[in-house]
Amino acid sequence: MNLTNRSVAVDRSPMTFSEKIYIPGILKGLKITLSHIFKKPATVRYPEETRPFSPVFRGLHVLNRDEEGREKCTACGLCALACPAEAITMEAAERLPGEEHLYREEKYAAKYEINMLRCIFCGNCEEACPKDAIYLSETIMPANYRRDYFVYKKEDMLITDEQVKAKRLKLQKA
Amino acid sequence: MSDNIKVTIDNITVEVPNGTTILEAARMVGGDVAPITMCYYSKLKGSGGKCRTCLVEVSKGSEKDPRPMPKLVASCRTGVMDGMEVKSMTSERVKDAREGVTEFLLLNHPLDCPVCDQAGECHLQDLSYEQGKQGTRTDFTRRTFAPEDLGPYIQLHMNRCIMCFRCVYTAEQLTEQREHGVLDRGDHARISTCISKALEHDFIGNVIDVCPVGALTDKTFRFKNRVWFTKPVDAHRNCTNPKCCGEVRLWMRGKEVFRVTARKDEWGEVATASNGETGWICNECRFEKKDTADWIIEGPSRIQRTSVIAQGHYAGTVGTAGKSEKLIDKVIGKEPIYTLDIHKVSEVDNPNVHLSQIAGPAHSTDFKHDIKDR
Repeated sequence: MNLTNRSVAVDRSPMTFSEKIYIPGILKGLKITLSHIFKKPATVRYPEETRPFSPVFRGLHVLNRDEEGREKCTACGLCALACPAEAITMEAAERLPGEEHLYREEKYAAKYEINMLRCIFCGNCEEACPKDAIYLSETIMPANYRRDYFVYKKEDMLITDEQVKAKRLKLQKA
Repeated sequence: MSDNIKVTIDNITVEVPNGTTILEAARMVGGDVAPITMCYYSKLKGSGGKCRTCLVEVSKGSEKDPRPMPKLVASCRTGVMDGMEVKSMTSERVKDAREGVTEFLLLNHPLDCPVCDQAGECHLQDLSYEQGKQGTRTDFTRRTFAPEDLGPYIQLHMNRCIMCFRCVYTAEQLTEQREHGVLDRGDHARISTCISKALEHDFIGNVIDVCPVGALTDKTFRFKNRVWFTKPVDAHRNCTNPKCCGEVRLWMRGKEVFRVTARKDEWGEVATASNGETGWICNECRFEKKDTADWIIEGPSRIQRTSVIAQGHYAGTVGTAGKSEKLIDKVIGKEPIYTLDIHKVSEVDNPNVHLSQIAGPAHSTDFKHDIKDR
């Protein structure tokens, strides 16, 4: 039974004279090869050049801060609950007096880890987050030879104060 | 007087003893027919009649007087009559009224479920999911109260309180001397001890179990873990307190006991213990026995499948399954090599740090120590 009308039976008839001398076949092949010199290359020179991303590309996670540079995450556990790969774990702590400039809510994530070996970059954590604290950026997960490298701690994902300041400056100028 | 009478709720007829309330009759029918209650608590005398979430429509008063009741009635405070016909979930009027009541209850309730320890077993959460409206129509600032300290065991969040009076009845009926109550009136009404006092009676911990929202929570469990990441396990111990039944529910993670509560029945109320009395537990059982060795574990608790607590827990085997034979050993004929021991890398769930043993919530100081150890 043919699924499509494009299937062709293999031709097993004996070769003709022109096929036996091979020269025309080789020339035909060389013609195809030479024609590629004038075509646009299919590859890009990666570190210098990157391919355009799809607008919905989901890469490495970012833990966000608010306008005052305080951590937004309250360790509510909804990202871990939504995670189909069970990659996210966390431990919460209570904010002490004097730590108000560090954490936005009275509860915060003292420990926050994503096991990138488990993560499937589905973005469910981003969707579940009620505090807009976790985002998936457009950075590709870097490769490494060691497995322990892939357990990302809170410090690895939290955006830095400098990034927040730069963003604020940019907003002021605009 | 003791004759049974017939009452029809949502087209289901049940026979109930004379003097039963509509709510109790609806609970006998069971399922979605029974209205959600926020203030009524069958184990507490005098509770009910305050929150109005259990409103039902009486479409036929009784056999003798078949006129319908003109207004919706609070089912927890209305007795049934012979031949009464009640509409609970089948009535549009009731649905609309409960939506309104939910909206009023949420008027001053903060949207801090991500922070709140009650999330996952909160009756107000259930109510707003099942019978509430999607959005809020008000934009004024919510009523807030100054935080009050109720001692080392109980955390009061007055902002979350919905004034159900359950904790007041609990203190009144379980302890000899009630030390907290409702102060002030109207919008300013609040649960308080008047002049900051610690609640210290042996059985005062039960106010945590009766609280339908996160206003009274366990300070020894505060921020330790989310409810749905812990495993509920039924356990008991021989409590020396004669009034305490010693039958509890442990909320465990691994081998650590994170929280101890009383066992709850299907209506979210403290269940009846094996000695036939309500299973209130004493403060010692609740707050001080955070060790597996203190308890005789009976087995995993039955949790409704629809509850978020059942998420990721496998029915029947939670906490009790022994070490199962590894199939992979048979297939490859040797122990698999673990290329990554997560505890060597991960800082979460460190086997040397026992969060459940810390008296109150963990702070940054508890974790600093942890980092230095490594």
